[in-house]
Amino acid sequence: MDLTFITQHYPLYVKAAVLTVVTGTIGIVLSAIVGLICALTRYYKIPVLRTITVIYTELSRNTPLIVQLFFLYFGLPKAGIVLSSEACGIIGLTFLGGSYMSESILSGFQSIKKAQIESAESLGLTRGQIMRYVVFPRAAAAAMPAVSANIIFLLKETSVFSAVALADLMYIAKDLIGMYSSTTESLLMLVIAYLIIILPISLLCSVLERRLRRGGA
Amino acid sequence: MAETIIEVKNLHKQFGDNVILKDISISVEKGEVIVLIGPSGCGKSTFLRCLNGLEPIQGGSVTLHGEPVLYGKKSLTKIRQHIGMVFQSYDLFPHMTIAQNIALAPLKVQKRDKKEVEEETLKLLDRVGLAGKADSYPNELSGGQKQRAAIVRSLIIHPDIILLDEITAALDPEMVHEVLKVVLDLAKSGTTMMIVTHEMAFAKAVADRVIFLDGGEIVEEGTPDEFFDAPKTERAKQFLKTFTYSD
Repeated sequence: MDLTFITQHYPLYVKAAVLTVVTGTIGIVLSAIVGLICALTRYYKIPVLRTITVIYTELSRNTPLIVQLFFLYFGLPKAGIVLSSEACGIIGLTFLGGSYMSESILSGFQSIKKAQIESAESLGLTRGQIMRYVVFPRAAAAAMPAVSANIIFLLKETSVFSAVALADLMYIAKDLIGMYSSTTESLLMLVIAYLIIILPISLLCSVLERRLRRGGA
Repeated sequence: MAETIIEVKNLHKQFGDNVILKDISISVEKGEVIVLIGPSGCGKSTFLRCLNGLEPIQGGSVTLHGEPVLYGKKSLTKIRQHIGMVFQSYDLFPHMTIAQNIALAPLKVQKRDKKEVEEETLKLLDRVGLAGKADSYPNELSGGQKQRAAIVRSLIIHPDIILLDEITAALDPEMVHEVLKVVLDLAKSGTTMMIVTHEMAFAKAVADRVIFLDGGEIVEEGTPDEFFDAPKTERAKQFLKTFTYSD
Protein backbone atom coordinates (compact mmCIF):
# COMPACT_ATOMS: atom_id res chain seq x y z
CA MET A 1 0.00 0.00 0.00
CA ASP A 2 1.51 3.30 -1.12
CA LEU A 3 0.27 6.02 1.26
CA THR A 4 2.12 8.74 -0.67
CA PHE A 5 0.09 7.84 -3.74
CA ILE A 6 -3.09 8.25 -1.72
CA THR A 7 -2.10 11.66 -0.28
CA GLN A 8 -1.04 12.84 -3.73
CA HIS A 9 -4.20 11.81 -5.57
CA TYR A 10 -7.05 12.12 -3.05
CA PRO A 11 -7.90 15.69 -4.24
CA LEU A 12 -8.94 14.14 -7.57
CA TYR A 13 -11.41 11.98 -5.65
CA VAL A 14 -12.76 14.97 -3.75
CA LYS A 15 -13.45 16.76 -7.05
CA ALA A 16 -15.05 13.65 -8.54
CA ALA A 17 -17.08 13.08 -5.37
CA VAL A 18 -18.51 16.60 -5.64
CA LEU A 19 -19.49 15.89 -9.25
CA THR A 20 -21.06 12.55 -8.24
CA VAL A 21 -23.01 14.19 -5.40
CA VAL A 22 -24.19 17.13 -7.53
CA THR A 23 -25.29 15.11 -10.58
CA GLY A 24 -26.68 12.36 -8.33
CA THR A 25 -28.68 14.81 -6.20
CA ILE A 26 -30.14 16.63 -9.21
CA GLY A 27 -31.01 13.29 -10.82
CA ILE A 28 -32.63 11.96 -7.62
CA VAL A 29 -34.68 15.13 -7.00
CA LEU A 30 -35.90 15.07 -10.62
CA SER A 31 -36.62 11.32 -10.27
CA ALA A 32 -38.78 12.02 -7.24
CA ILE A 33 -40.72 14.73 -9.14
CA VAL A 34 -41.22 12.48 -12.20
CA GLY A 35 -42.10 9.59 -9.88
CA LEU A 36 -44.69 11.66 -8.02
CA ILE A 37 -46.34 12.84 -11.24
CA CYS A 38 -46.42 9.30 -12.64
CA ALA A 39 -47.78 7.90 -9.36
CA LEU A 40 -50.55 10.53 -9.30
CA THR A 41 -51.62 9.77 -12.89
CA ARG A 42 -51.85 6.09 -12.02
CA TYR A 43 -53.51 6.63 -8.62
CA TYR A 44 -56.21 8.85 -10.09
CA LYS A 45 -56.40 6.61 -13.19
CA ILE A 46 -56.11 9.59 -15.54
CA PRO A 47 -56.91 8.30 -19.03
CA VAL A 48 -54.13 8.34 -21.69
CA LEU A 49 -51.53 9.73 -19.25
CA ARG A 50 -51.87 6.59 -17.17
CA THR A 51 -51.12 4.39 -20.22
CA ILE A 52 -48.13 6.54 -21.16
CA THR A 53 -46.85 6.24 -17.59
CA VAL A 54 -47.18 2.45 -17.61
CA ILE A 55 -45.27 2.19 -20.93
CA TYR A 56 -42.57 4.55 -19.62
CA THR A 57 -42.23 2.58 -16.37
CA GLU A 58 -41.79 -0.73 -18.16
CA LEU A 59 -39.31 0.74 -20.67
CA SER A 60 -37.30 2.45 -17.96
CA ARG A 61 -37.17 -0.42 -15.47
CA ASN A 62 -36.42 -3.12 -17.98
CA THR A 63 -33.42 -1.53 -19.68
CA PRO A 64 -30.00 -1.02 -18.02
CA LEU A 65 -28.88 2.52 -17.17
CA ILE A 66 -25.76 2.09 -19.28
CA VAL A 67 -27.90 1.38 -22.36
CA GLN A 68 -30.03 4.45 -21.62
CA LEU A 69 -26.88 6.57 -21.24
CA PHE A 70 -25.40 5.24 -24.51
CA PHE A 71 -28.65 6.09 -26.25
CA LEU A 72 -28.49 9.67 -24.91
CA TYR A 73 -24.75 10.20 -25.45
CA PHE A 74 -24.08 8.33 -28.69
CA GLY A 75 -27.56 7.88 -30.18
CA LEU A 76 -29.11 11.32 -29.91
CA PRO A 77 -26.24 13.15 -31.72
CA LYS A 78 -27.18 11.09 -34.82
CA ALA A 79 -30.54 12.88 -34.62
CA GLY A 80 -28.77 16.21 -34.20
CA ILE A 81 -29.22 16.46 -30.43
CA VAL A 82 -25.89 16.78 -28.65
CA LEU A 83 -25.91 16.72 -24.86
CA SER A 84 -23.04 17.20 -22.41
CA SER A 85 -21.87 14.27 -20.29
CA GLU A 86 -23.42 15.90 -17.21
CA ALA A 87 -26.77 16.40 -18.92
CA CYS A 88 -26.74 12.78 -20.16
CA GLY A 89 -25.94 11.54 -16.64
CA ILE A 90 -28.74 13.56 -15.04
CA ILE A 91 -31.34 12.77 -17.72
CA GLY A 92 -30.39 9.08 -17.69
CA LEU A 93 -30.60 8.85 -13.92
CA THR A 94 -33.96 10.67 -13.92
CA PHE A 95 -35.31 8.37 -16.65
CA LEU A 96 -34.34 5.32 -14.61
CA GLY A 97 -35.13 6.74 -11.16
CA GLY A 98 -38.53 8.20 -12.15
CA SER A 99 -40.01 4.76 -12.71
CA TYR A 100 -38.59 3.31 -9.49
CA MET A 101 -39.82 6.32 -7.51
CA SER A 102 -43.23 6.09 -9.21
CA GLU A 103 -43.68 2.47 -8.11
CA SER A 104 -42.65 3.26 -4.53
CA ILE A 105 -44.83 6.36 -4.22
CA LEU A 106 -47.81 4.59 -5.83
CA SER A 107 -47.54 1.74 -3.35
CA GLY A 108 -47.57 4.39 -0.59
CA PHE A 109 -50.78 5.91 -2.00
CA GLN A 110 -52.37 2.50 -2.38
CA SER A 111 -51.59 1.59 1.23
CA ILE A 112 -54.17 4.13 2.43
CA LYS A 113 -57.42 2.30 3.15
CA LYS A 114 -60.55 3.24 1.23
CA ALA A 115 -62.35 3.80 4.55
CA GLN A 116 -59.92 6.62 5.42
CA ILE A 117 -60.66 8.35 2.14
CA GLU A 118 -64.41 7.91 2.57
CA SER A 119 -64.11 9.30 6.07
CA ALA A 120 -62.38 12.40 4.64
CA GLU A 121 -64.94 12.63 1.83
CA SER A 122 -67.80 12.53 4.29
CA LEU A 123 -66.25 15.53 6.08
CA GLY A 124 -66.62 17.50 2.85
CA LEU A 125 -62.94 17.62 1.93
CA THR A 126 -62.20 18.07 -1.77
CA ARG A 127 -60.06 15.57 -3.71
CA GLY A 128 -57.07 17.92 -3.47
CA GLN A 129 -57.53 18.40 0.28
CA ILE A 130 -57.84 14.64 0.82
CA MET A 131 -54.54 14.13 -1.01
CA ARG A 132 -52.82 16.93 0.90
CA TYR A 133 -54.02 16.28 4.43
CA VAL A 134 -54.96 12.60 4.54
CA VAL A 135 -53.35 10.53 1.78
CA PHE A 136 -50.00 12.20 1.17
CA PRO A 137 -48.67 12.44 4.76
CA ARG A 138 -49.39 8.77 5.41
CA ALA A 139 -48.38 7.62 1.94
CA ALA A 140 -45.05 9.42 2.40
CA ALA A 141 -44.48 7.53 5.63
CA ALA A 142 -45.45 4.23 4.03
CA ALA A 143 -43.32 4.85 0.92
CA MET A 144 -40.27 6.20 2.74
CA PRO A 145 -38.40 2.87 3.18
CA ALA A 146 -38.76 2.09 -0.54
CA VAL A 147 -37.90 5.69 -1.52
CA SER A 148 -34.79 5.54 0.69
CA ALA A 149 -33.71 2.32 -0.99
CA ASN A 150 -34.20 4.03 -4.37
CA ILE A 151 -32.10 7.02 -3.33
CA ILE A 152 -29.21 4.79 -2.32
CA PHE A 153 -29.63 2.60 -5.41
CA LEU A 154 -29.57 5.66 -7.70
CA LEU A 155 -26.51 7.13 -5.98
CA LYS A 156 -24.69 3.86 -6.58
CA GLU A 157 -25.91 3.79 -10.18
CA THR A 158 -23.98 7.04 -10.82
CA SER A 159 -20.88 4.82 -11.05
CA VAL A 160 -21.99 4.06 -14.62
CA PHE A 161 -21.64 7.73 -15.59
CA SER A 162 -17.97 7.16 -16.46
CA ALA A 163 -19.21 5.31 -19.56
CA VAL A 164 -20.25 8.65 -21.06
CA ALA A 165 -16.99 10.40 -20.13
CA LEU A 166 -18.29 12.03 -16.96
CA ALA A 167 -15.33 12.44 -14.62
CA ASP A 168 -17.02 10.86 -11.61
CA LEU A 169 -15.45 8.67 -8.90
CA MET A 170 -15.40 5.52 -11.01
CA TYR A 171 -13.86 7.44 -13.91
CA ILE A 172 -11.01 8.73 -11.71
CA ALA A 173 -10.32 5.30 -10.23
CA LYS A 174 -10.19 3.66 -13.64
CA ASP A 175 -7.98 6.47 -14.91
CA LEU A 176 -5.47 6.13 -12.05
CA ILE A 177 -5.36 2.34 -12.35
CA GLY A 178 -4.72 2.69 -16.08
CA MET A 179 -1.99 5.27 -15.65
CA TYR A 180 -0.14 4.00 -12.56
CA SER A 181 -1.33 0.38 -12.11
CA SER A 182 -2.26 1.44 -8.56
CA THR A 183 -5.20 -0.95 -8.24
CA THR A 184 -5.22 -1.34 -4.44
CA GLU A 185 -4.87 2.35 -3.56
CA SER A 186 -7.27 3.57 -6.26
CA LEU A 187 -9.98 1.06 -5.39
CA LEU A 188 -9.56 1.67 -1.67
CA MET A 189 -10.07 5.42 -2.18
CA LEU A 190 -13.06 4.64 -4.43
CA VAL A 191 -14.73 2.49 -1.77
CA ILE A 192 -14.06 5.05 0.97
CA ALA A 193 -15.38 7.90 -1.17
CA TYR A 194 -18.66 6.06 -1.86
CA LEU A 195 -19.03 5.16 1.82
CA ILE A 196 -18.47 8.78 2.86
CA ILE A 197 -21.20 9.88 0.47
CA ILE A 198 -23.75 7.11 0.98
CA LEU A 199 -23.51 6.22 4.69
CA PRO A 200 -24.73 9.61 6.01
CA ILE A 201 -27.55 9.62 3.45
CA SER A 202 -28.53 6.13 4.54
CA LEU A 203 -28.61 7.26 8.18
CA LEU A 204 -30.58 10.39 7.29
CA CYS A 205 -33.16 8.28 5.48
CA SER A 206 -33.57 6.04 8.56
CA VAL A 207 -34.16 9.11 10.76
CA LEU A 208 -36.72 10.45 8.26
CA GLU A 209 -38.52 7.09 8.17
CA ARG A 210 -38.83 7.08 11.95
CA ARG A 211 -40.09 10.67 12.04
CA LEU A 212 -42.70 10.07 9.37
CA ARG A 213 -43.98 7.02 11.22
CA ARG A 214 -44.96 9.22 14.19
CA GLY A 215 -48.50 8.73 15.47
CA GLY A 216 -48.69 5.17 14.22
CA ALA A 217 -49.19 6.32 10.64
CA MET B 1 -95.06 21.91 9.79
CA ALA B 2 -91.90 19.96 10.50
CA GLU B 3 -88.83 20.76 8.43
CA THR B 4 -87.72 17.91 6.15
CA ILE B 5 -83.98 17.34 6.24
CA ILE B 6 -83.55 14.35 3.95
CA GLU B 7 -86.03 13.06 1.43
CA VAL B 8 -85.47 9.71 -0.25
CA LYS B 9 -87.78 8.78 -3.11
CA ASN B 10 -87.94 5.35 -4.73
CA LEU B 11 -84.22 4.68 -4.19
CA HIS B 12 -82.90 1.75 -6.15
CA LYS B 13 -79.38 0.44 -5.68
CA GLN B 14 -77.64 -2.54 -7.19
CA PHE B 15 -74.11 -3.89 -7.48
CA GLY B 16 -73.96 -5.49 -10.93
CA ASP B 17 -77.00 -7.76 -11.12
CA ASN B 18 -77.30 -7.93 -7.35
CA VAL B 19 -80.14 -5.68 -6.18
CA ILE B 20 -79.33 -4.22 -2.75
CA LEU B 21 -82.10 -1.67 -2.18
CA LYS B 22 -85.53 -1.70 -3.81
CA ASP B 23 -87.79 1.29 -4.10
CA ILE B 24 -86.98 2.85 -0.72
CA SER B 25 -88.79 6.06 0.22
CA ILE B 26 -88.18 7.82 3.54
CA SER B 27 -88.23 11.38 4.75
CA VAL B 28 -86.38 12.50 7.84
CA GLU B 29 -87.75 15.45 9.79
CA LYS B 30 -85.71 17.86 11.86
CA GLY B 31 -84.99 16.53 15.35
CA GLU B 32 -86.07 13.02 14.46
CA VAL B 33 -84.06 9.93 15.40
CA ILE B 34 -84.57 7.05 12.99
CA VAL B 35 -83.12 3.65 13.71
CA LEU B 36 -82.59 1.25 10.84
CA ILE B 37 -82.50 -2.39 11.82
CA GLY B 38 -82.45 -5.62 9.93
CA PRO B 39 -80.42 -8.75 9.35
CA SER B 40 -76.81 -8.53 8.20
CA GLY B 41 -76.51 -7.85 4.49
CA CYS B 42 -80.01 -6.38 4.20
CA GLY B 43 -78.64 -3.10 2.84
CA LYS B 44 -78.75 -0.87 5.96
CA SER B 45 -75.19 0.41 5.68
CA THR B 46 -75.41 0.76 1.92
CA PHE B 47 -78.53 2.85 2.40
CA LEU B 48 -76.74 5.21 4.81
CA ARG B 49 -73.83 5.49 2.35
CA CYS B 50 -76.25 6.46 -0.43
CA LEU B 51 -77.52 9.33 1.71
CA ASN B 52 -74.22 11.21 1.61
CA GLY B 53 -73.18 10.16 -1.85
CA LEU B 54 -70.60 7.54 -0.97
CA GLU B 55 -72.44 5.12 -3.24
CA PRO B 56 -73.96 5.73 -6.68
CA ILE B 57 -77.65 4.90 -6.97
CA GLN B 58 -79.33 3.40 -10.01
CA GLY B 59 -82.77 4.86 -9.53
CA GLY B 60 -84.82 7.31 -7.47
CA SER B 61 -83.44 10.34 -5.67
CA VAL B 62 -81.94 11.58 -2.42
CA THR B 63 -82.27 15.23 -1.52
CA LEU B 64 -81.01 17.27 1.42
CA HIS B 65 -83.08 20.39 1.99
CA GLY B 66 -84.28 19.93 -1.59
CA GLU B 67 -80.73 19.79 -3.02
CA PRO B 68 -80.01 16.55 -4.88
CA VAL B 69 -77.23 14.36 -3.47
CA LEU B 70 -75.42 13.31 -6.63
CA TYR B 71 -72.62 10.73 -6.47
CA GLY B 72 -69.29 11.94 -7.83
CA LYS B 73 -70.45 15.55 -8.37
CA LYS B 74 -68.64 18.60 -7.07
CA SER B 75 -71.78 19.80 -5.27
CA LEU B 76 -71.31 16.89 -2.84
CA THR B 77 -68.53 18.71 -0.99
CA LYS B 78 -71.00 21.41 -0.02
CA ILE B 79 -73.83 19.01 0.79
CA ARG B 80 -71.56 16.88 3.00
CA GLN B 81 -70.96 19.86 5.26
CA HIS B 82 -74.57 19.36 6.33
CA ILE B 83 -74.30 15.60 6.86
CA GLY B 84 -72.12 14.14 9.59
CA MET B 85 -71.13 10.51 9.34
CA VAL B 86 -69.64 8.17 11.91
CA PHE B 87 -68.32 4.81 10.77
CA GLN B 88 -68.01 1.43 12.44
CA SER B 89 -64.20 1.51 12.32
CA TYR B 90 -63.95 5.16 13.58
CA ASP B 91 -61.61 6.07 10.71
CA LEU B 92 -59.83 8.82 12.54
CA PHE B 93 -56.68 9.92 10.72
CA PRO B 94 -53.82 8.21 12.60
CA HIS B 95 -51.15 10.82 11.78
CA MET B 96 -53.16 13.63 13.39
CA THR B 97 -53.91 14.28 17.04
CA ILE B 98 -57.51 14.08 18.18
CA ALA B 99 -57.77 17.88 18.09
CA GLN B 100 -56.32 18.00 14.57
CA ASN B 101 -58.73 15.30 13.44
CA ILE B 102 -61.66 17.27 14.79
CA ALA B 103 -60.49 20.66 13.51
CA LEU B 104 -59.66 19.52 9.96
CA ALA B 105 -63.10 20.00 8.40
CA PRO B 106 -64.06 23.25 10.19
CA LEU B 107 -60.70 24.83 9.36
CA LYS B 108 -60.05 23.56 5.84
CA VAL B 109 -63.56 23.03 4.51
CA GLN B 110 -65.66 25.55 6.39
CA LYS B 111 -62.77 28.06 6.77
CA ARG B 112 -63.78 28.92 10.30
CA ASP B 113 -61.72 30.91 12.77
CA LYS B 114 -58.93 28.82 14.34
CA LYS B 115 -59.46 30.04 17.89
CA GLU B 116 -63.20 29.49 17.77
CA VAL B 117 -62.68 25.95 16.42
CA GLU B 118 -60.13 25.18 19.13
CA GLU B 119 -62.53 26.34 21.82
CA GLU B 120 -65.40 24.33 20.41
CA THR B 121 -63.16 21.24 20.05
CA LEU B 122 -62.29 21.36 23.75
CA LYS B 123 -65.90 21.98 24.72
CA LEU B 124 -67.17 19.04 22.68
CA LEU B 125 -64.39 16.73 23.88
CA ASP B 126 -65.36 17.63 27.42
CA ARG B 127 -69.01 16.92 26.62
CA VAL B 128 -68.20 13.35 25.50
CA GLY B 129 -65.84 12.72 28.42
CA LEU B 130 -62.59 13.14 26.51
CA ALA B 131 -61.22 16.26 28.18
CA GLY B 132 -57.43 16.03 28.22
CA LYS B 133 -57.26 13.83 25.11
CA ALA B 134 -56.99 16.66 22.57
CA ASP B 135 -53.27 16.14 22.01
CA SER B 136 -53.34 12.34 22.01
CA TYR B 137 -52.97 10.35 18.82
CA PRO B 138 -55.76 7.90 17.92
CA ASN B 139 -53.54 4.87 18.63
CA GLU B 140 -53.25 6.06 22.24
CA LEU B 141 -57.03 5.82 22.76
CA SER B 142 -59.34 2.87 23.43
CA GLY B 143 -61.95 1.90 20.85
CA GLY B 144 -64.73 3.62 22.80
CA GLN B 145 -62.69 6.81 23.14
CA LYS B 146 -61.87 6.78 19.42
CA GLN B 147 -65.52 6.40 18.55
CA ARG B 148 -66.49 9.29 20.84
CA ALA B 149 -63.80 11.42 19.18
CA ALA B 150 -65.22 10.43 15.78
CA ILE B 151 -68.65 11.57 16.96
CA VAL B 152 -67.17 14.94 17.96
CA ARG B 153 -65.51 15.19 14.54
CA SER B 154 -68.92 14.88 12.90
CA LEU B 155 -70.63 17.19 15.42
CA ILE B 156 -68.23 20.10 15.01
CA ILE B 157 -69.30 20.80 11.43
CA HIS B 158 -72.79 21.53 12.85
CA PRO B 159 -74.52 19.09 10.50
CA ASP B 160 -78.27 19.02 9.92
CA ILE B 161 -78.20 15.25 10.34
CA ILE B 162 -75.73 12.67 11.60
CA LEU B 163 -75.55 9.20 10.09
CA LEU B 164 -74.23 6.55 12.46
CA ASP B 165 -73.24 3.28 10.84
CA GLU B 166 -73.00 0.43 13.36
CA ILE B 167 -70.79 2.55 15.54
CA THR B 168 -70.52 0.01 18.34
CA ALA B 169 -70.05 -3.10 16.19
CA ALA B 170 -66.26 -3.07 16.50
CA LEU B 171 -66.18 -2.27 20.22
CA ASP B 172 -65.57 -4.46 23.25
CA PRO B 173 -68.82 -4.89 25.20
CA GLU B 174 -67.72 -2.68 28.11
CA MET B 175 -67.10 0.21 25.73
CA VAL B 176 -70.44 0.02 23.95
CA HIS B 177 -72.29 1.71 26.78
CA GLU B 178 -70.05 4.83 26.93
CA VAL B 179 -70.55 5.44 23.22
CA LEU B 180 -74.29 4.83 23.23
CA LYS B 181 -74.68 7.19 26.17
CA VAL B 182 -73.19 9.98 24.07
CA VAL B 183 -75.66 9.21 21.27
CA LEU B 184 -78.58 9.18 23.72
CA ASP B 185 -77.49 12.61 25.00
CA LEU B 186 -77.40 13.89 21.44
CA ALA B 187 -80.89 12.56 20.81
CA LYS B 188 -82.14 14.32 23.95
CA SER B 189 -80.65 17.58 22.77
CA GLY B 190 -82.62 17.35 19.53
CA THR B 191 -79.92 16.19 17.10
CA THR B 192 -81.38 14.66 13.94
CA MET B 193 -79.90 11.21 13.43
CA MET B 194 -80.21 8.12 11.36
CA ILE B 195 -78.72 5.13 13.13
CA VAL B 196 -77.88 1.65 11.94
CA THR B 197 -77.45 -0.63 14.95
CA HIS B 198 -77.75 -4.17 16.23
CA GLU B 199 -78.20 -2.97 19.82
CA MET B 200 -81.93 -3.54 20.25
CA ALA B 201 -82.29 -2.08 23.75
CA PHE B 202 -80.51 1.04 22.60
CA ALA B 203 -82.65 1.23 19.45
CA LYS B 204 -85.78 1.10 21.60
CA ALA B 205 -84.49 3.81 23.93
CA VAL B 206 -83.22 6.25 21.31
CA ALA B 207 -85.57 5.93 18.32
CA ASP B 208 -88.53 8.07 17.40
CA ARG B 209 -89.13 5.76 14.48
CA VAL B 210 -87.84 2.29 13.70
CA ILE B 211 -87.46 1.10 10.14
CA PHE B 212 -87.00 -2.62 9.57
CA LEU B 213 -85.19 -3.48 6.36
CA ASP B 214 -84.97 -6.97 4.95
CA GLY B 215 -83.96 -8.12 1.49
CA GLY B 216 -83.31 -4.53 0.43
CA GLU B 217 -86.81 -3.24 1.15
CA ILE B 218 -88.68 -1.61 3.99
CA VAL B 219 -90.67 -4.39 5.58
CA GLU B 220 -92.05 -2.54 8.57
CA GLU B 221 -91.98 0.95 10.02
CA GLY B 222 -93.29 2.28 13.29
CA THR B 223 -92.63 3.69 16.73
CA PRO B 224 -90.24 1.67 18.90
CA ASP B 225 -93.15 0.49 21.08
CA GLU B 226 -95.14 -0.66 18.08
CA PHE B 227 -92.21 -2.39 16.47
CA PHE B 228 -90.60 -4.09 19.44
CA ASP B 229 -93.74 -4.97 21.39
CA ALA B 230 -96.16 -5.74 18.60
CA PRO B 231 -94.41 -6.27 15.26
CA LYS B 232 -96.91 -6.59 12.45
CA THR B 233 -94.99 -8.65 9.94
CA GLU B 234 -93.81 -12.23 10.21
CA ARG B 235 -90.28 -11.26 9.04
CA ALA B 236 -89.92 -8.69 11.83
CA LYS B 237 -91.19 -11.19 14.39
CA GLN B 238 -88.68 -13.78 13.21
CA PHE B 239 -85.88 -11.21 13.28
CA LEU B 240 -86.68 -10.03 16.81
CA LYS B 241 -86.86 -13.63 17.96
CA THR B 242 -83.16 -14.06 17.19
CA PHE B 243 -82.39 -11.57 19.96
CA THR B 244 -84.17 -13.56 22.68
CA TYR B 245 -82.65 -16.59 24.32
CA SER B 246 -85.72 -18.05 26.09
CA ASP B 247 -87.65 -21.00 24.59
